[in-house]
Amino acid sequence: MLAAAIGLGATWLTLTRGVAFGSLTIGAWTAWPKSGSAGIDPYARAIIARTGELPIGMGDGVAFYARADDAGSDFDGRCTFTISGMTPAARYWTLTLYDLNGRMVANTLDRHGFTSEEVVREADGQFAINVAPRARPGNWLPTGGIERFVLVWRLYDTPIGVATGTTKEGPMPAIVRKGCS
Amino acid sequence: MIRFLLSILAAILLGGIVHLATVLAMPQASTQDAYSRLVPLTPVNAVVPLPTPTAQASIMPFMDPAFAAAVCRYDLSDGIIKLNAPVSQAYTSVTFYTRTSVAYYAINDRAAGRRAIELDLMTAEQHAQVPEEEDVTAADRLIIESPTITGLVVLRTLAPEPGMMAMARRALDAARCQIGPVQ
Repeated sequence: MLAAAIGLGATWLTLTRGVAFGSLTIGAWTAWPKSGSAGIDPYARAIIARTGELPIGMGDGVAFYARADDAGSDFDGRCTFTISGMTPAARYWTLTLYDLNGRMVANTLDRHGFTSEEVVREADGQFAINVAPRARPGNWLPTGGIERFVLVWRLYDTPIGVATGTTKEGPMPAIVRKGCS
Repeated sequence: MIRFLLSILAAILLGGIVHLATVLAMPQASTQDAYSRLVPLTPVNAVVPLPTPTAQASIMPFMDPAFAAAVCRYDLSDGIIKLNAPVSQAYTSVTFYTRTSVAYYAINDRAAGRRAIELDLMTAEQHAQVPEEEDVTAADRLIIESPTITGLVVLRTLAPEPGMMAMARRALDAARCQIGPVQ
């Protein structure tokens, strides 16, 4: 009985918390490039089978996930977070906001993210995106006021993650909390 | 006391085995994986466009809303699959998944280097049946080996701006996924 409880409990924990090997972390962002290849580990396979998602293929791109800002405070949809800086080399990128179950969040603008072509940039090519519950000037990504959310940064046609073992992969944009309503 | 500690130790060991077994069995046991979700929505061996995910409805979680997507749910029992996907102006990719959602191959428009991504999809046994000289002359057609008889081919086309979604969808409408003889 105890054995079954320990075993199933451990399985439940690892599959819901998202434990997988071979991760690549840059700042607040974490990617699992191997999950998009035949070399995917058993934990990531089990997670994908449970959630029903299709991981981005390694020859296609790589997806970075963030659940908290650079200081480690969890994303709260009632707060304002600013994402700014540079992105790694990629032909295109997209940024999308989801709830913890991977669903997009309803909002009046019907905006769920930005692409590298859409985002409004400064003269030097840098950009700032405001993730906030209420309208902001510039690049506003609405949170819909939900309690917890996840940001996914997908890089398409990129060398990141393909060459494994390198640590100087950055930079990824910084995420800073600006205050809560 | 020793007996109690030993039984705890045994429970942890057994628990570890249960844990590993359940993790390894999950991909086969799941009824909610991507393939199972697509069975009622897609015929076999045909390209079917997927609705763009919205906050209200999304077939799979964590879909990228900036992309138009189409899927070919394949079954190689009756022959090989000939896939033809014209590339769009922005970015097009084709990703191959096994029955249990393992992305075993992916290619984008630049890697394909042509105006269309053309591929032959077959099992290792079917590949072995392809005549040697045929293999050489057909070298301009990429051959992909599927580890499983059934699986998914997902075609994705980027709409860099929302206004370009219609164009991205049209590019996918021309994609074909047809069953062909092994040769």
